[in-house]
This record gives sequence, structure tokens and C-alpha cells, in this order.
Amino acid sequence: MKTDPIAAQEQRTGWLLVTPALLLLLLVYGYPILRSFWLSLFTKNLGTQLQPVFSGLNNYGRMIGDGRFWHSLWNTVIFTSVSVALELVLGIAIALILNQTFKGRGIVRTIAILPWALPTALIGLVWAWMFNDQFGVWNDILLRLGIIQDGINWLGYPTTAMIAVIAADVWKTTPFISILLLAGLQSIPQDLYEAYALDGATPWQSFKHITLPLLTPQILISLLFRFAQAFGVFDLIKVMTGGGPGGATEVVSLYIYTTVMDYLDFGYGAALVVVTFLILLTTVVIIALSSRN
Amino acid sequence: MTSLPNSSSPQAKTKQINIIKLIILPLGIILLVIFCLAPLLWQFLTSLKVNQDISSLPNIYFPTRYTLDHYINLFTSRPLVHYIFNSAFVSIASTLLCLGIGTPAAYALARLTLRGEKIILAGIIIISLFPFILIFLGLLELIQILKLGNNYISLIISYTAINIPLTLLVMRSFFKQLPRELEDAAKIDGYSTWQMLIQILLPLTVPALVTTGILTFIFAWNEFILSLTFISQESMKTLPVAAAQLSGSLGKEIPYGAIAAMTVIGTFPLVVLVMFFQGKIVQGLTSGAVKG
Repeated sequence: MKTDPIAAQEQRTGWLLVTPALLLLLLVYGYPILRSFWLSLFTKNLGTQLQPVFSGLNNYGRMIGDGRFWHSLWNTVIFTSVSVALELVLGIAIALILNQTFKGRGIVRTIAILPWALPTALIGLVWAWMFNDQFGVWNDILLRLGIIQDGINWLGYPTTAMIAVIAADVWKTTPFISILLLAGLQSIPQDLYEAYALDGATPWQSFKHITLPLLTPQILISLLFRFAQAFGVFDLIKVMTGGGPGGATEVVSLYIYTTVMDYLDFGYGAALVVVTFLILLTTVVIIALSSRN
Repeated sequence: MTSLPNSSSPQAKTKQINIIKLIILPLGIILLVIFCLAPLLWQFLTSLKVNQDISSLPNIYFPTRYTLDHYINLFTSRPLVHYIFNSAFVSIASTLLCLGIGTPAAYALARLTLRGEKIILAGIIIISLFPFILIFLGLLELIQILKLGNNYISLIISYTAINIPLTLLVMRSFFKQLPRELEDAAKIDGYSTWQMLIQILLPLTVPALVTTGILTFIFAWNEFILSLTFISQESMKTLPVAAAQLSGSLGKEIPYGAIAAMTVIGTFPLVVLVMFFQGKIVQGLTSGAVKG
């Protein structure tokens, strides 16, 4: 078979254009992850004077018996499932509102995406202040409404601390879901609703039978993105609670960070990275495959 | 639609729609606006209160006296100008670099049929889902070996890379929408591929570049964990990290007013961006379906 010179040139030009971007991704994503796989087979910590010493699957064995790891994984699962579920429900509601025609819709849309655009670490500071045990606005509102008699030390108790970080995350990332879902809503032809309404459907019925089914692709996409991001949550919790109190909000990414930066345990940290990576990848592939049907 | 919904009479239906239009919708809009703005307003007002009002019980929501002391203190006692410059420089440099590297690649992925293109695209989408905790350890080691800690380069290169997937996806979908005849006509007129790209395509691409650039700027400005890991020198820190570390650095009392002021300063550029480019941000996010 003769090679077409034009096609061959197209291949060359194409690869020339793509290569810098791919090299950069290999350097910043490919290398660190492969390196973590490799390093996870070594012990590299203060005990080995930060020199890598081959130790096979020791790090993984240690992980099985590491209660702190399992606890952080559990915290991650709780945080991810509760916050993503709340964000999805709230996100649909907000998208439905933004999809209506009303005066000042442009301004309301601008306001609605604001939380998403702001730095998560700074939002963590805002919400830590709102949940402050002495002067926080949440305690003040609940006291004024007579719901509580004394101020709650929100960030000082395990359950309330988890509620606080989830609340902050819901505030911060619901707009993202709303934006994606709004695009989906706008692609649903209006006459579908009109025809259905002529048949005597109530708004709730048309929501259930038209909106939800046709919105499914966007719901799945936002679910995918939000799952991955929530599973790796770091900024918000690091700033609000630092993983406390007593590890009650310590998610996997915080545990990895502490293992590496505070305990200087690079080998074990690498093993934690590998396991987190594999859990994430598996779940993402499962969501992606199941959404094909 | 064969099965007719049968539950309600026409009158009941109109009533239901009226309730939604007249009560639920306005209520929803008001709640939405309060939900989004109240935390920011509370923080903004805190930054302008005197310490006595900040720590008064019950809370003072709208103070009668205002002060700029918290802002002035930040400027005089902390290298705040450095923080702002660091964040701005790193975000702008990585944005430009990202557009420069990502746009040609996106063009190739949209227009030319490359072998292995599907694998590249799938890889890019998966990468865009990775949280940064997965790469910070490997990058930290690299940076230690190359002695690039406390150096803008370490942040600029990482931020460029983390924004490449987004750039590829948004720009690719833009190029896909562009009519191909334009390029064919240019080729017939005797333009070389490069001439055609720069003289004909680039001007048309500017709006899409602005959209992508706004998003990459936002992501770079907001990044936390890599900046926290790679930078330890105070005058090299970016705003989010400096703000997060403020509480330990100004004595024993937690400086609520200073933290609030810092938050306002760190969020201000983004509030402006959102106000002016709300439409572009929404459009870019939906065409790239990127991370939140």
C-alpha cells in the first residue's frame, strides 16, 4: 500500500501541534502517578533517613491494619455521598429557577455562579467564621430563633464538624451543577411541555416525565465530576477543621498530605496515593460505563 | 405520548401553575439570592467592623461605625502586595502559556485525523477528573530534585498543565463548530497551513480564547494544595495560602477582621470577572464540562 503524502504530512503536522501539550501532561500527571506506584514498593521515611529501601508490598500490608486510613476512607465516603446528593437535588432546583423567564434573570444568574468562581480555601475561611462557636452567624440565628439555648461549638464536635464542612461544600459547588443542568434544560424543546400540558399534565408530571428523563445525561456528567472532586476534597477541610476534631473530618487526601508533609513518610504516602487513585479510577469507569445504557 | 395524565381538571391545573408562577418562583429566586450572597456579605461587613463589633453578642449585622483598619493593617504588617502580585503573575503567566500550548493541540484534535486520537481524548477527560492530591507527592519530589521550591516556575508549569485538559476540551469544541470551508478556501488561495492558522483562524478564535482564558485564570488563582506544598517563603506565597495561614501568624488572638479583609481582597478580582463575563463562563463550563 502506498502512503498518501498529504495524509502523511497531516499526521506530522498534527503530532507536532499536539506533542507539547501531551508532554506537559506526561510530566505533571503521568510521571507523578507512575512514580507513586514505584515508590509505594519502597520504605522511604525518617527511619531510612529518607533513602528509599525496597520493601515489596509492606506499605500495602501496613495499610490493611491502619485504622486511621480506614477511618479517613469512611469520612471521605460520608462526605462525598452526602454532599453530592444534596448538591444534585439543590442543583436541579436552582437550574429550574434559572431556566424560567423573569425580570433580572441575568443578574440572578450572575449571582448564582459566584460561589463556584471563588477560591475554595477562602470560602473555607468564610464558613469557618460563620460556624465560629462564639461569634458565628449560625449560632446567632439559631439562638434568636430559639432553636438552641446555648451556642454550639460546631467545629469542635465530630458530627457538627462534618455537617459544617458539608454545608460549605454544598454552598461552593452547587452552582457548578446548576450551570451544567441549566444547559441541559435549555436543550429540551419547549413544545414538548406545551403538548403535554395540553394533554392535562400538571407541572410535577411534566417534570417527572419530560424534564428528568431528558436531563439524565447532564445529571450523570455532573455526578461524575462532582464525585471525583468531592472524593479528593482538600482545600475546604484543611482550612476549616484541619481534619479535626480528633480526625472526625480527616478525609483521605488530608491523611495523605499529613503522611507526606508532617511525618515525611514518602513510601507510605505513595501507597496511599496509589490506592486512592485506583478507587477513584474504578468508580469513575463504573459510572461512565453504566451511563452508556 | 399515549397515556394521558388524568389527575387534574383544567381549573385545578391552571391554579397549580399560578401558584408556581406567583409564589414558588419569586420565593425561590429570593432564597437563591440570599443563599449565594449572604455568606459573602457577612464576610464583607466583618472586614469593615471594629474589633469590638466583631466580638459583640448578640451579633451586630449592620454596624453603625465602619473602619478600614483591617485592610490597612494587612498592607502594613504583611507582604500583601507580594501575595497579590504572586497570585496575579502566576495565574496570568500560566493562562497565556496554557492557551499557547493548548490551542494548537486542540486544533489538531478537532480538524486532523490523528491515529490514537480517541485514546488521547479519553485520557484527557480522565485526567481532568484527577484531584491534585494524586500528583502533589510526585511533583514535590521532582521540585526538590530540580531545586525549584519557592520558585514561580514550579507553580506556572503545574498550573499550565492542570488547565490543559480544560483548554483542549473547550477549544476543540470551538474548532469543531467552525465551518471547514473557510480553511479549504484559504488553502485554495495559496495560504500555507501556518499562514492560514495565524492570519485567518486566529482572529476568529479570540472570543473562544477569552472564554478559556477566564476559566484557566480562575482555576490558577484558586489553586491551593500545590502552592501550599511548593512555596514556603512568605513573600512568595499566593493569596489563598497566605490567607489560610493568617490565623497563626498575627499573635494569639484569631484575627477575624484581618481574615475577612484578606478574603475580600482574594475574592474581589473573581467577583469582577464573574460580573463582566458571566455568559462566557457558563458557556465555557458547559462546552468543556469541567471540574467544579
